Amino acid sequence: MERNIAYVALFAALIAALGLLPKFTLVSGIPITAQSLGIMLCGTVLGSKRGTMAVVLFLVLVALGLPLLAGGRGGLGVFGTPWAGFLFGFPFAAFFAGFIMENFKFGSIAVVAGIAAVIGGIGVLYAIAIPYYMVGTGKGVIESTATMMPFIPGDLIKAVLAGIITQALYKARPAAVFSRA
Amino acid sequence: MLALTLPRKTKAHAIPAGWKLAGLAIVSALVFPIANIFLLSGLLVGVAILHLLLGRDVLRYAIWMMRPIAVFAAVILLFHIFTSDFIAGLSIILRMLTLVALANLVTMTTKLSEMITIVEYCLTPLAKLGVNTRVFGVATAMVIRFTPVLINKASALRESWRARSAKRAGWRIVMPLFLTAVDDADRVAEALKARGGV
Repeated sequence: MERNIAYVALFAALIAALGLLPKFTLVSGIPITAQSLGIMLCGTVLGSKRGTMAVVLFLVLVALGLPLLAGGRGGLGVFGTPWAGFLFGFPFAAFFAGFIMENFKFGSIAVVAGIAAVIGGIGVLYAIAIPYYMVGTGKGVIESTATMMPFIPGDLIKAVLAGIITQALYKARPAAVFSRA
Repeated sequence: MLALTLPRKTKAHAIPAGWKLAGLAIVSALVFPIANIFLLSGLLVGVAILHLLLGRDVLRYAIWMMRPIAVFAAVILLFHIFTSDFIAGLSIILRMLTLVALANLVTMTTKLSEMITIVEYCLTPLAKLGVNTRVFGVATAMVIRFTPVLINKASALRESWRARSAKRAGWRIVMPLFLTAVDDADRVAEALKARGGV
């Protein structure tokens, strides 16, 4: 019990810390914040249940007024924009990433975690964020998808990193990777 | 860590947090179906006056909080100018600005401790079902305590990387950051258990 609480809280803090770090600039010159990497890793490391709880805890604290989102944003207002679909999608992203990790316990952890991060952290996330944006702005599917396209390359790189980091963490602290325990 | 609440007390601080949140929910539900831009502009001016009633610094702080949204609003408006009708774009933006400003006002004038009390109150039905709701308070305290700790660890990792390499650390510090967090989590769990658990 204590261990679950500590891991959920620490991973919620990690999502916040990753969002508040200065942006990484990749070789291609795309600046990315690591916040969504944190969401992916919650799923791939903590598994579906604990991962979702960590993300929900993070979002509740953002809603209560802590400036934990990338760029120091927070408060109830951030849930009122058409982009809030990403925030509402985060718990589902972590859940599905974790669910895949828990159900495909063969092969290289890096590959499975990378695929889990792509399906959860990109597929599921955008499947929620794009319709939400469409309802919020009254735009069509193609326009809304086009608006979000620039984020996809960065997200793919983050999914690869999520795979590599999950495997490295499994090697160093196998007991911490709940999704494979 | 910096909070998003105002640095000083206003009249709105005295209103119970539950009322403010209920009011916000009701107003949001009522404003959402409105599409008339004149009515929406009036509402936005009303929200601005509400800020001014609390003080001019409150309005300035509110505008500062809206900065990131202003960029997005400009993008939507540009899209609408070129694609569909301008009026529709304007009503979307006015509605968004009104609702976000109002929500931010609640955040600005409500202490974190009051918000946590509200969440705990909302969790009471779960407590009757046998769920330990104290966990939320403990986890919240931990996140607030550990976020700055992890940020400091990340900058320490970055500095030690730069001491050894001409290149920037970038994503390479994420793995050691997770490792320290995982070790901290184990130690915190042991400490919690040693002190009688949650």
